Amino acid sequence: MVASHYFVLAEELTKEFRAFIDPEYVIVDAETQRPYECDGLSMYCAMPLIVLLPETVAQVQRAMQICHQRGVPVIPRGAGTGLSAGAMPREDAVVLSLAKFKHVLDIDPLARTARLQPGVRNLAISEAAAQYGLYYGPDPSSQIACTIGGNVAENSGGVHCLKYGLTVHNLLSVELVTVEGELVRLGSEGLDCAGIDLMALITGSEGLLGVITEVTVRLLPVPEQARVVMAAFDSVKAAGDAVSAVIAQGVIPAGLEMMDSHAIVAAEAFAKAGYPIDAQALLLCEVDGTVEEVADHITRIEQLFLSLGATLTRVSRDEDERALLWKGRKSAFPAVGRISPDYYCMDGTIPRGELAHVLTEMQHMSEHYGLRVANVFHAGDGNLHPLILFDASKPGEFDKAEEFGGRILELCVAVGGCITGEHGVGVEKLPQMSVQFSPLEIAQFHGVKAAFDPAGTLNPGKGIPVLKNCQEYRALDPGRGHVARQHPEGYEQA
Amino acid sequence: MPASIRRDMSKHDVTQELIEQVNCARTDGSTLEIVGGGSKRFIGREAAADARIDAGRHRGIVSYEPVELVLTARAGTPLQEIEDTLAQQGQMLAFDPPHFAGGATLGGTLACNQSGPARPWNGSVRDAVLGIRLVNGRGEHLRFGGQVMKNVAGYDVSRAQAGALGSLGIITEISLKVMPRPAASMTLVKEMDAARAIVEMNTLAGRPRPLAGACWQDGQLYLRLAGVQAAVAGTASRWGGEVLQHESNFWRDLRDQRQPFFVDGEPLWRFSVNPAAPHWRDGADWRFDWGGAQRWLRGAFQRAELEREAGRAGGQVTLFRGGDRAGEVFSTQSAALQTLHRRLKEAFDPMRIFNPGRLYSWM
Repeated sequence: MVASHYFVLAEELTKEFRAFIDPEYVIVDAETQRPYECDGLSMYCAMPLIVLLPETVAQVQRAMQICHQRGVPVIPRGAGTGLSAGAMPREDAVVLSLAKFKHVLDIDPLARTARLQPGVRNLAISEAAAQYGLYYGPDPSSQIACTIGGNVAENSGGVHCLKYGLTVHNLLSVELVTVEGELVRLGSEGLDCAGIDLMALITGSEGLLGVITEVTVRLLPVPEQARVVMAAFDSVKAAGDAVSAVIAQGVIPAGLEMMDSHAIVAAEAFAKAGYPIDAQALLLCEVDGTVEEVADHITRIEQLFLSLGATLTRVSRDEDERALLWKGRKSAFPAVGRISPDYYCMDGTIPRGELAHVLTEMQHMSEHYGLRVANVFHAGDGNLHPLILFDASKPGEFDKAEEFGGRILELCVAVGGCITGEHGVGVEKLPQMSVQFSPLEIAQFHGVKAAFDPAGTLNPGKGIPVLKNCQEYRALDPGRGHVARQHPEGYEQA
Repeated sequence: MPASIRRDMSKHDVTQELIEQVNCARTDGSTLEIVGGGSKRFIGREAAADARIDAGRHRGIVSYEPVELVLTARAGTPLQEIEDTLAQQGQMLAFDPPHFAGGATLGGTLACNQSGPARPWNGSVRDAVLGIRLVNGRGEHLRFGGQVMKNVAGYDVSRAQAGALGSLGIITEISLKVMPRPAASMTLVKEMDAARAIVEMNTLAGRPRPLAGACWQDGQLYLRLAGVQAAVAGTASRWGGEVLQHESNFWRDLRDQRQPFFVDGEPLWRFSVNPAAPHWRDGADWRFDWGGAQRWLRGAFQRAELEREAGRAGGQVTLFRGGDRAGEVFSTQSAALQTLHRRLKEAFDPMRIFNPGRLYSWM
């Protein structure tokens, strides 16, 4: 009954869409739809009703109007590199891919801005701007593949965000199509706009508030120089203290990354970057800026690391060496992929000072669940990426990994952090939302959602949990949900 | 290692008073004007509320961890208190907020989205915000964001407050990213006309040198350099120009609008536009800040005409001080954006208790 209803709906919609979208880009057969069944979190997958690849903003608007009139859910999709199942389809929904929108529309070298279609890859922005001595700051690990529209939807960060900010700090303007199919522009070519900061709400909204069809970003001058110091430590605590000490010196590194012993060994085997495989923790600290500034900072930082017990340091002498030292870190995920059949990447943020405590706790959990965990960590900004190693072919092992992951996120909240630094909530972290937020706060989020999408048809079931589910999650374990923090007054009334 | 502050703010008496005042307003259907330090009451429309709510009493630094680069303060805390505390640890509010005539608070600074001359390089108050607590129009005390650098759980309600002028609720607490103070700074002055200054400011901002301020007034271009000593000195010798004495006073007076240009009673218009938009209306009474992205114009003009000019320059215009404040003072919103504003107001403040009409007549 239900299946035949969807069949009829798909038939009708297909006919309507093919009247104005190239029929080849209205995908209805299962085989061609298959690549869209999941995003970067492949454990969560489902088949869509229809996949659309519109080529113009007018087509996006028309498609949204049709879906709106019929009450059909729409799931916007960028490059599909997301790691929280934010782009996971559902059988009653149209997946709206922005993959055809891949043009750099305009670069203004004097004003230092780039106007982009949403499907422009993150790295392609910097490549296009390079001829003017400019680049785009946020550089998520997936920057070869991920696109700017998705970066806005997730508020993507990257290695350099302590100094250069997240997507939200580098946006000037966003054009979006509302759920009703109306085109609106938020922001401007200036640095601020009157009224409620709607662009802040859109950034990181995971495709729940609108479909992004154009993005204008700020570009930065390429620094004169960048150099990196590698430092090995014989304990995670010593490395963590060294991170704090750099900050206390008044230096804001361009990037400050930490790896634990599992990650060091895996990355070295993969990238042969010269990492000391007997180290318990490795720091990569990059400074950039003027030649004078880099010279000043790099010496201070190396001396500081040595005075704090670094067992080995190495400073990049040229661009090749800098690239090599980073290569290990940048390939840490695939490298870990080689030492385990599968891995599950988590994404919590903690106050830096809690690092040693959190890593120790995580080790206890690792023993409890019988699963190894490797850690790469944006130490400068407190964003943890624990990689839980598991074997999906063993029954129940993914469930165990997922539970382990959930516990790590709850620990992050308990020490004053949050459940996601840059990967988003998607479907994956819906249960932990009720650990970080009270029912009243979640209700307020639903209010924001309803302001943009009163019928709730835009990427439904993602980002914000329905309140009933929050209570069920808490009911699983009375202690859970309160590990978070002191909830605001009114919490108990809800 | 620098000391950290973590105060016990468990006594929620003042917080509770604020909530009770909101609940009373709900019960008797009255409206509230939110006032912090009162330094920015000239911003926004003239709008009458039934009563005033004193958010400035809700003050004090809650926690400060210098090595985390994070400070949390109650929204009524004066900027001066925060800046003094940060200075003791060699840190600062990078967005360089205006104090105006004095007494400006952190909450008001966020609600009015006010940042100083360093804003294009150091980010705005909105950029520095990590999380807030807010009492909404249902009297619910809610927390959004957090105290860590990266947090994408839930919508960014914290940053959405920037420019909302309190229309969504009373901000009670703010967590911010703070930054180290630069080791050295220096200001260079060059004689230049307005049109040339726009090009020059943008050209220099595209170079990887430690620029942290660029303004133009009375035929002079002012460039502030800030960073490590060698980089500042090296840049100054490359760029040339006269070195300004007492530079910190100059930038403070600009930031706080202490110069007569800003406060002599003439209507003051603020353009927030593309920094490289060519200079127009030459001969009018202009000052440029933010490397050309913020331009001040003094005098009596038709708002509609200036809005068209702002649009051509890629941005917006606001009647910042003086003039007709019973009419609209902020940039006209399209019908679609008005709808979004109204629905958000409804979601946070369904009984329209807070600052009615302050932002727009229809809010």
